[in-house]
This record gives sequence, C-alpha cells and structure tokens, in this order.
Amino acid sequence: MVKMTGAEMLLECLKKERVSQIFGYPGGVVLPVFDALYKDPSLSVVLTRHEQGAVHAAEGYARTTGEVGVVLVTSGPGATNTVTGLADANMDSIPLVVITGQVPTKMIGNDAFQEADIVGISRSCTKHNFLVRSISELPRIVKEAFYIARSGRPGPVLVDIPKDVITDRGDFRYPETLTLRGYNPTVQGNRWQIRKAAQLMAKAKKPVLYVGGGVIASDSHEELSELVSLSRIPVTLTLMGLGAFPGTHPLFMGMLGMHGTYAANMAVHHCDLLIAVGARFDDRVTGKIAEFSPHSKVIHIDIDPTSIRKNFRVDVPVVGDARLILSDLLEDLRKIRDEEGLTPLEPWHQQIEAWKEEHPLTYKKDPEVIKPQFVIEKTFDLTGGDCIVSTDVGQHQMWTAQFFKFLTPRTWLTSGGLGTMGYGFPAAIGAQRAFPKRRVIAVTGEGSFMMNIQEMATVASLEIPVKIIVLNNQYLGMVRQWQEFFYGSRYSSSFIGQSPDFVKLAEAFGVAGFRATRADQVEEVLLKGLSTKGPVLMEFMVDPEENVFPMVPAGGSNIEMIFEAPPPAPAKGGKTGRKEKDAVITA
Amino acid sequence: MTPDSPQKKHHIQILVENRFGVLTRVAGLFSARGYNIESLSVGQGIDPSVAQMTIVTVGDDRVVEQITKQLNKLIDTIKVVDLSESSFVSRETVMVKVNTTTRPEDRQEAFRIAEIFRAHIVDTSPSTYTLMVTGEEEKIEAMIGLLRPLGIKELVRSGAIAIAREEPRHATRTQKHDGELPA
Repeated sequence: MVKMTGAEMLLECLKKERVSQIFGYPGGVVLPVFDALYKDPSLSVVLTRHEQGAVHAAEGYARTTGEVGVVLVTSGPGATNTVTGLADANMDSIPLVVITGQVPTKMIGNDAFQEADIVGISRSCTKHNFLVRSISELPRIVKEAFYIARSGRPGPVLVDIPKDVITDRGDFRYPETLTLRGYNPTVQGNRWQIRKAAQLMAKAKKPVLYVGGGVIASDSHEELSELVSLSRIPVTLTLMGLGAFPGTHPLFMGMLGMHGTYAANMAVHHCDLLIAVGARFDDRVTGKIAEFSPHSKVIHIDIDPTSIRKNFRVDVPVVGDARLILSDLLEDLRKIRDEEGLTPLEPWHQQIEAWKEEHPLTYKKDPEVIKPQFVIEKTFDLTGGDCIVSTDVGQHQMWTAQFFKFLTPRTWLTSGGLGTMGYGFPAAIGAQRAFPKRRVIAVTGEGSFMMNIQEMATVASLEIPVKIIVLNNQYLGMVRQWQEFFYGSRYSSSFIGQSPDFVKLAEAFGVAGFRATRADQVEEVLLKGLSTKGPVLMEFMVDPEENVFPMVPAGGSNIEMIFEAPPPAPAKGGKTGRKEKDAVITA
Repeated sequence: MTPDSPQKKHHIQILVENRFGVLTRVAGLFSARGYNIESLSVGQGIDPSVAQMTIVTVGDDRVVEQITKQLNKLIDTIKVVDLSESSFVSRETVMVKVNTTTRPEDRQEAFRIAEIFRAHIVDTSPSTYTLMVTGEEEKIEAMIGLLRPLGIKELVRSGAIAIAREEPRHATRTQKHDGELPA
C-alpha cells in the first residue's frame, strides 16, 4: 500500500471517480490540496472569482454532462459562500460534490480563524454532508459522497475536511464497494403499478404528459419520445424539463404553469389523465392547487418518494428511475395496442390545436424599440438551436424559456427551484468547460448579471468563449412587472438605470463588447457577437416596460391567465379596485 | 388536494446510524418542514452502531406520510416505522418533586397518591418528596393532576418510548391501541 497525504489521497479519490475538472478557489486550510493539484496535470482547475461562481459553474458542468460537478474551496467564508449554490443544486437535483477545508480537528468549536460550522449550515440544503474526522475514513467518505450525489434523486453532497486530515499521512486504498444500509433508492418501478398506468393511458380520451427535469436527469428522453410516438399523447414541459422533448414537435404544447402557454394550461386543466414524469407539482406549475387539473386521474412517476402526494393527489404512484419505468410502460402499452388497440386521440389533438391558435405565444413587434422576445427569437434562428443556453432569473429567463425552442436535453441551464439570480453566467462557464467546441450562450438581465459579474475575469483569463446576451431594460423586470400589476405601479427599489456601461466594463475585463439600441441592429450585433472568437458580451437596450405573458397571477388558477397588463386601479373612491377580471380569461 | 383527514397522534420509531449529528438531522427535518415534535427520546439499540429513536408527533394522514417519507430519505436512517398503524406499547417516565408542607395532610396525601399510581419515592427531604412513575400518557397526566394542589416544585419527563406488540396481526386501525385513544 502507498502512504500519501490526505491532500494526495483526495486527488486519487477524485480520479477514481473519473473527475477531470474542478471549480474552486484557494485559501488557508486547503493550500496543501492546491499544492497537490499544482503537481498533478490530470486534474484541471477553473479558478472562479467567487466561491458562489464555482458552485454554479460546477452545476452547469454537471447538468450538461450528466457527471458529478466538483468544487473545492477553503474553510469559513469560502465554505459559506457555497451555500446559495448548494441550495440551488438541492432544489434542482444537480449532482455535486463540494469539498470544503475546515480548521484542524482540535480547533473545531474554538471560533478559530476562518472557522464556520459548514456541516451544520449546509445540512438542510444538501442531500447529505460529511465531516471527515480522520484520514482513515477519507477514501470511504469520498466514495459515498459521489455515490449519494449521483444516485437516486441526484443532489449536492458536501465533504468538510479539516486541515490536519489534509496533511496527515496514511495508507491509500479506495474501497471497491460500499454499503449504506440507510440509503437504497428504488430504481425499478413496481410492475403492477406500471401495468395499471398503461391501462389508464390506453383508455384516456384526453391525456397529457407533464414532464419535468427528472427525464433529463435520468436520460430518458428517447424513451419519452418513443412513448409519445406510440401513444400520441401531447406533452407539456416544466421549466426544468425543457429540452426533454423537442420544442418544435407538433405534439409539444409548450411550458405549463405561471408563464406557460395557454394551450398547455388549458390542456392540463381539461385533461382526464395527467401523467407526471420526473416532475414535482411545484407551486409555479400548479397555481392554485385546489383548481389544478380538477378532472384528471393522476399517474406520478418519480424517483423521490417524498415528491409523491407532497403537493397533489395521485392515483397511480410509480417510484423509480424514469428511464426504466418508461421502457416498462412502453412494453405494456405496445401489448395493449396489439391486443385491444389504443383510444384515438384526434378530437383531443384538434382541441389542443384550437387552443394553440386561440392564444399562441406572441408579443407586440416594434420597428424601433428592441423587444426582448425578438432577441431570443433571433438567437434561436441564427443558431438553429444548436447551442447550450443558460439564463439567470427573471423576465429574460421566462422569455428564453418561451421563445427559444430547445431541441435536445442537457442544452438548457436555468435555476428553476431556488430562482437564483447570478446563476446563469457561471453555469455557462461550467458548460463551456465541459464542451469547449460547442456554442454556449448565457442570457441574462442587467440585474442578475451584476450578481456574479466578477466571473468576467474568469472567462477572460482562461479564454472561455461564452457568449453573454444582456437584455438591459434598466429594471429588475420581473419585480417591476409585479409592482405594475399588483402594487399600483409603485416601482419601489426596482429601477436600476444606473448600471455600468456593460460594453466598456466587458472591455475592461478583456471581454469583447457590442451593443444594440435599435431593433434593426439586433441581427447585426448577434451575428458579430456570435462569430467573434473568445468571450463576448452583447448588450441589448430593450423595451423597459415589456411584460411576460401569459401570466397566472400568484395563487390564481392556471386557467385565469392574463395576456395584457390589468388596467390600473381607479385613483380614488373605487371600492372594487382594478377590474382584473376584464383581462382575465376564464374557461 | 384530498379533504384534510383529522389530526392524530403518531408514535414513530426510527433506527438511525449511531453517529454524531444524526439527532440534529432528524430534529432539523421537523423544524425545517414545520412538523410537530411532541416528544423525542433517543438511546442505543442492541447493535451499538444503531441508535433507536421514538418520536411522538401530531398530524393528518398526509403530513404523517410526508414525515415518514422524509425521515426515510435521510441517508442515516435505517428504518422508520409508524407504530400507530398497528398495535404497540408506549410508556413514559416522569419524576415530580412535590411540596409536602403546604397543608398539614400533604405529606400523607403525596404518599397515598404515590401508592395509588405505583410511583416510587426516589428522594425525600423534610419538605418534599420526589415521585417517579412510569406509564401511559393518561396515567401520568392523571397523577400530575392530583399532585398539582400540593405544589409541584419540579417536573421532568423522559418522553415516550414505544415498541410494537408481538402478536398475530389481526388488530385493525380502528381498534384502540395501547397508548392511544380510539380514532
């Protein structure tokens, strides 16, 4: 057996787990690990400019590759800066292993310099976490961390390693197998339940497939596509599910929920069978839960048993891996087709087409002012959808989700559950590191971008050719939209017109910068920006008061979508307030 | 959602890895998700690497289903059993330090109450008795009620521990379970 230090041992463990890319930031107690990395060319490190950026970059890497993203940071503030990223990955089921340094074992609890109880702090925003208490348990814990991160419902795992464990010497032996008697995720779905689901699917007259990020996490988009070809059941995707089914497919209805399409929300409301696959009935999807999909039987396929019946009733729960369950389901459904035939769905398809025509996704075009949706549409046209797109959080995120047609899985990176502003740009860095040859575009707003703008130094110094699209409307747009609709247009703390000159700022960082201020410049700037080598920032001065439609007001029923701003409340004396119902479509 | 089922008391037995930090994970889960803990008791199991917890919680069916699932989801939990789904035995120990000098007859009265409830007097001083009793919740509540007029100086409860009954499983959910009122 080979004697090595804890630092060396850690790197050996990472290599055993097929890690080649680390995102990190050095500091006091992890210096020995960075020293070992310096001597080891097989592990590449992206030095971000903030630990939060490192975690989001690892998320982008993990989501695009399907591998575990790895982060290495120091103790104290280094560790606490990862918390937002951990919470984000925890909500969106992104597999990460985040390694934090810790003060020496003997000093833990003494309020030592750069000490933080990160295991305590991160307990509720990780899938699991570990404090390594001696070098002898280091290999086992790293192996368990990777296994837990990538299996079952994936998620972030934090491993806290004290300085003395890092510098200690010990025999290295990587365990071949592991036993976690308390952790044994169900992967194979119950055959009897699957058969019941298949029978319901064969009989339903108005079925809908409601598909979430689980289909991407389990790489089951091919099974999904086969299932749709066989059953002809129309599909709606959640924000996290985009890319799991081609956005241009005739049976695709668009996204559902708060900013979903009219057709998708109407179909879910009127369906007689709702088949949820790898989705968790999030409040942004369901709207008012009591009025969500009121006429349907519900099949819920998910790997996480706690997702089932957490928010919504379920008739046929199937716990397990979506890929295995969907292929079993296909088998059963084929048998039913051959023996009894499937229910024809043409009338249902026609109804959905009618809804699609009634209220397609649209916006008011303008020859002068740049409409943000126009920038997204143009980006899709110019790239043909052949790129990886990340977003931050807010209006630009919803416009990208609506107007960019995602064709393949793992090309869409967004912060769905936590809604983390500042996620998108570093996530794009991680994706670009994973796929150096592919085009990676970060769509952001001038608000979100400022939250991790320091990463411009990262892309400039490592020549990571991420293309940044800033849709600058001078407002925290989604906040402003809510204030306009529900707070009498009192724009409290949402105007941020004093943003820096982003083009000059980009240049100062060493990133090429272009700006468009008129609609006729959009295509030119996009062409120039997308064809320029290296990292590029493109700023589009867009309509400041453009809104995201359709919209289901928070707490409202999904069929009460609004397509235009509700009229303002009468100035005085109006007892009823604004006449919201005028703009409300009720089915 | 389905109409809310009534709030019910549940005794949940959990086997966890006997490691540092596991108790915080369990307790943290309850506080983070807004579940009640009425009592919690922890001790080592037969296997020293396993700790045994009994949690008494209150919730409707949906909440209790989530509690057991969420507990199961913790990596360090080995087994979760909602004892309230079948027949079980639950006991709690309480120690009460009671004044015996408020009224002249109180010293005799405290002694009598101890006898009736088969409590032990585990400590005594000229002006107090400390009674210890083990029993079901109703019994403990009844004894505390009777001791109250004497003046309770201090009261310590262990929290319930519970174990499933070993018997042919013909008990149904509607039958009266030990330690629990009929639904």
